[in-house]
Amino acid sequence: MDLIVVKNLVKQFGDFTAVNGINFSVKQGESFGLLGPNGAGKSSTMRIIGATSERTSGEVTILGKDPQKFGPQIRAHLGVVPQQDNLDEELTCAENLYIYGRYFGLPKATVRNKLDELLEFAHLLDKKNSKVKSLSGGMKRRLTIARALVSDPDILMLDEPTTGLDPQARHILWDRLFRLKEKGVTLLITTHHMDEAEQLCDRLMVMDKGEIMAEGSPAELIKKYSTKEVLEVRFGSDRNSQMVEKLQSFAERLEELPDRLLLYTESGEDLLAKIVAANVHPNTSLVRRSSLEDVFLRLTGRSLIE
Amino acid sequence: MRTKTAERKVSQTGFRYVVEVRVLNMVKWTRIIIFVAIANPILYLLSIGIGVGSLIDSKDGLGGVEYLTFLAPALLATAAIQGMLDEVIFPTFEGFKWVKNFFAMNSTSLTGSDIAGGVFVAALLRTTFTVVIYWIALYFFGALDSPTAGLAIPAAIFAGASFGALIMALAARAKNEDVFMLITGRLIVMPMFLFSGTFYPLDLMPTFLQWIGWISPLWHATDLGRFLTYGHQISTTTLVFHLIYMFALLIVGLYFAFSNYSKRLAK
Repeated sequence: MDLIVVKNLVKQFGDFTAVNGINFSVKQGESFGLLGPNGAGKSSTMRIIGATSERTSGEVTILGKDPQKFGPQIRAHLGVVPQQDNLDEELTCAENLYIYGRYFGLPKATVRNKLDELLEFAHLLDKKNSKVKSLSGGMKRRLTIARALVSDPDILMLDEPTTGLDPQARHILWDRLFRLKEKGVTLLITTHHMDEAEQLCDRLMVMDKGEIMAEGSPAELIKKYSTKEVLEVRFGSDRNSQMVEKLQSFAERLEELPDRLLLYTESGEDLLAKIVAANVHPNTSLVRRSSLEDVFLRLTGRSLIE
Repeated sequence: MRTKTAERKVSQTGFRYVVEVRVLNMVKWTRIIIFVAIANPILYLLSIGIGVGSLIDSKDGLGGVEYLTFLAPALLATAAIQGMLDEVIFPTFEGFKWVKNFFAMNSTSLTGSDIAGGVFVAALLRTTFTVVIYWIALYFFGALDSPTAGLAIPAAIFAGASFGALIMALAARAKNEDVFMLITGRLIVMPMFLFSGTFYPLDLMPTFLQWIGWISPLWHATDLGRFLTYGHQISTTTLVFHLIYMFALLIVGLYFAFSNYSKRLAK
């Protein structure tokens, strides 16, 4: 069953078109990602699906209903993690979870019984009675996610869940989200971190300037839009562009970035050997597997984080 | 494994939960709220009521009524309006801009109207508390002189509610909080306080300034309050007009507050 169906969705703010006629659907239990740079239209799409923003045109069905007509009924099934934490800073962790459960109309006793489990999940049990303003960024983020789970949502929507967190905090969060996925919660995630998308998403779409550039599983996208491996070579910033012409014929595809050249190939080591044999000696070289970043670069000619 | 998504009930009275969180927030400031509620009337009554009063009463300028008695209903209504403004303006700024917690509320089954309604009702609770304390202070200062004086409490709250609703509607649209505070504080509340027959009867004012009183909920509440606390004579028409005016302001204010909240959340 498709929990989310979006057809020809358009969202305009005055003259600016944030979302320009996109189509996609998300099945129950699926983990679906919207990947794209800032301003790609991800958050606008999320807010329309979250039944808090009106669309300009197109059709949207969430759990079989139109979010514009059944906002509160649909939102009763959603757990939303916004891009910016909007916790009540003066209240404690427990109070924040409690009032959020009350907003859904859950009985007081029901919410109270859930508090410890949610705090445990967020790794914040020892902060139960601490005010939110005393928490670190990673703690606030985990509390926001725990808060979104208080109503046992059918769909959990996360807008840039780990942006601004340190690597350790990100891995804890990914682990938590992975557990939810295992429980069958449908996840809808926006991100501009390709590693996050690869970790968490069964399927994703790459967005840029309000349009869908490509859609598929991370592996499918990499297979379709990139080669198996990438050879990264650096010649120093002055010489990088001089080497482009020389190396063009060696690789299936070549991308020039300000600090390095990316050579797309099936085998990075073989390619490096060939280059060296042709008497080209880069300052440094690195062979890696293709990632979604390469897919994005191929599709848009730009890198994700600029 | 989840297989079905049963319909979930959505409360039609979701504003209750917003009241709950507002009260939870106020409880964190209990001591300050109580201190302000008590200190405010005492300071006013001592300085203006008794100080200025002794000067005026010696000349008998108010037709036999003590100055403190004359002033009391105006102070009571002013306290109600001020209390209401604090509790609608700051939570509105906080909710839309500073903390954005209204957006968190709106991502649950709560609607813009639930949120506006909750903020308003919570503000009324706080205002009721403030006004009751004020009234008790007036009683102990001997400023109340009628069996109907108790009704001055709802009259003052009524004025606070009607003006508060209007300001809440405007605050929901404000883009710059500092400018908004400057305009409401200096250009609306201050002149209203000075020109609503607060310190002397409105008819002593030059006619070209009396209109400020007529449109000011403070004057309507003060005139009504004087009728209730010491039997100041007003005609039935005037009485009805006071009530209708404040009621109309309340309805219009609430209508725009609810719709402005919803619009700003959907942006």
